[in-house]
Amino acid sequence: MRAPANLVSKRAIIQWTLQAVIGWAVVVVGQGLVVLLADAPPGWLRVTLAVSAVVGVVHVLVMPRWRYRVHRWETTGDAVFTRSGWINEEWRLAPVSRIQTVDTARGPLQQLLKLATVTVTTASAQGPVKIAGLDEDVAARIVDELAATTQATPGDAT
Amino acid sequence: MTQSTLPAAPEFVEPAQEWGRLDARMIVVRPLNELLGLLPLLFALVVVGNVETWRVVIGVGTVGLIVAYGLLSWLTTKYRITDTQVELHKGVLFRQRRAIPRDRIRTVDLTAKLGHRLFGLAAVRVGTGQQERTPGEGVLLDAVTATEADRLRQVFLHRPAVAEAVQEVEETPISRLDNRWYRYAPLSLSGLLSIAVMVGFGMNLANELDFEFSDVAVVRQVFGWLTHADWTAVIPVAAALVLVLSVLASLVAYLLQNHAYRLTRHADGTLRVRRGLLTTRSVSIEEQRLRGVALHEPLLLRAGRGARLTAVSTGLNRQANSSLLLPPAPRPEADRVTAAVLRVPTAPTTARLRPHPPQARTRRLIRAVLPAVALTAALLTLTLTAAWPEWLWITSTALIPLSVLIGLDRYRNLGHTLTDRYLVTRSGSLDRRTIALRRTGIVGWKITRTLFQRRAGLLSITAITAAGNGGYTVPDIAEPDGLALADTAVPDLLRQFLTP
Repeated sequence: MRAPANLVSKRAIIQWTLQAVIGWAVVVVGQGLVVLLADAPPGWLRVTLAVSAVVGVVHVLVMPRWRYRVHRWETTGDAVFTRSGWINEEWRLAPVSRIQTVDTARGPLQQLLKLATVTVTTASAQGPVKIAGLDEDVAARIVDELAATTQATPGDAT
Repeated sequence: MTQSTLPAAPEFVEPAQEWGRLDARMIVVRPLNELLGLLPLLFALVVVGNVETWRVVIGVGTVGLIVAYGLLSWLTTKYRITDTQVELHKGVLFRQRRAIPRDRIRTVDLTAKLGHRLFGLAAVRVGTGQQERTPGEGVLLDAVTATEADRLRQVFLHRPAVAEAVQEVEETPISRLDNRWYRYAPLSLSGLLSIAVMVGFGMNLANELDFEFSDVAVVRQVFGWLTHADWTAVIPVAAALVLVLSVLASLVAYLLQNHAYRLTRHADGTLRVRRGLLTTRSVSIEEQRLRGVALHEPLLLRAGRGARLTAVSTGLNRQANSSLLLPPAPRPEADRVTAAVLRVPTAPTTARLRPHPPQARTRRLIRAVLPAVALTAALLTLTLTAAWPEWLWITSTALIPLSVLIGLDRYRNLGHTLTDRYLVTRSGSLDRRTIALRRTGIVGWKITRTLFQRRAGLLSITAITAAGNGGYTVPDIAEPDGLALADTAVPDLLRQFLTP
């Protein structure tokens, strides 16, 4: 099976990096404050601090670039095809005839970077198909295209 | 078409109904149901506990609150059925207004608890195609008279039917309870579980009431025996006691849930499951919405050649066991019911399944053994460093060979195949499930490849569907086989993305 045709926006790397940095900063700074300020910090806290600092740096450096190579998407006349993840890959394929709703969402970081996430829901409880880290304009175009084709399809998509 | 020359017939519209209320007897029944559940507690409060004023006050207060709540919820709940939708207004503190389009109704579930049955009432739960993420999202009319409930079922499930006339449609029996099936009851762990629940509840209650077990002579004697007797005598006696109790409890549970079980097909295109001794349920499933069946064979039940059957259908409420098609019964009966329900000559779940590659066995073994090894290692470390007792880690080593067996069995059970109309997948050991999913009910695919799966050339492919769990997985299938399976099961979907 070939990979979906399109890459996501290059700015998605920045978004994933910032997200990871913020997450790890909370963990590391939290532990660091205890080590610095507490009267008698437990000995193992220095160890976990060092470990989380190292793991954090590696994660921040590796994950976004790895993700960028994995995350891909493609829409054809009758299907939406995506690939996401990094260590574990998830490929999703949804026929356009079974799509129920298509929408975009933009978190604060994404607004800053002019990115958007397209969410395609089907009738299943397995969760929607998401394309994260798309350029705003591309996302808007996908939503328009899919909305047009979905409306043209009769039935209740179950 | 000649129709265009004729004047358009006025569309038949059912008269928009007035707002209906739940049956007035619910003012009594709702508190009654609640009180039935609280009966042991109240009994204990009055009889066993040291009667203090505040206990009595709390007891009376609780009863009063429950009765008042029953009255208020009756006053605030009303429903009506218009030609297009079912509307329900309810809520004492938080007002809720809910409307469900009638053409979205997929299943109707009638439940009558003991309190309901004393007054000839039933609660009606309406399931739509939408997946209910939290319980209570659908429409629940708790409760109306049994005749009204039956009328509602008819109105909801066959759209053009006239609302007033209640005529029972023709029904064909598919299966009914055979008393010999009771032998499968002890093979589920429900008995053990209910004992645990009861013991937990009893302990909790005793604790709440400051009840001292040592005050009871029998308990004192038992404890005396326990402390003096040899453990070689204690263990078999305790085991036998638990066994006997759990068998009894599971038999009672089977009786309560599955008494007078009947599965019938109705001329209006629905399947109906009726069962229960004290609480009776009657679940109607629109056949058009049935996407397949799941055959459950937990380890013990499988050892006794039994199986349980549930429906894979859109709109079924997953919380309350609504999807049960067949209680624990012989496997041949399960296969017969499967074939009858799905209207196929032979049950897809009996089809010969294709095994998965040997790499899948390695993965199953690693995943089964690793936790056991990790547990032993952790206990050993704690023994060495924190002076935990030695027997802990020594006993836990026994888990390792067991986990090997489970891993091997998990691999042996892995299998998948395609029949004319169904995708069949089987997995699990302690809870083996065989799913037959209608190929036309597949609304997409999810393929997951973990790092280890990529190295082993495997993938897990999940058929996404609107029914049941929302997706059914074929785990650890060889990459080319998995893609071929998906491509064949739903033609013209995956093909365009396969490398030529």
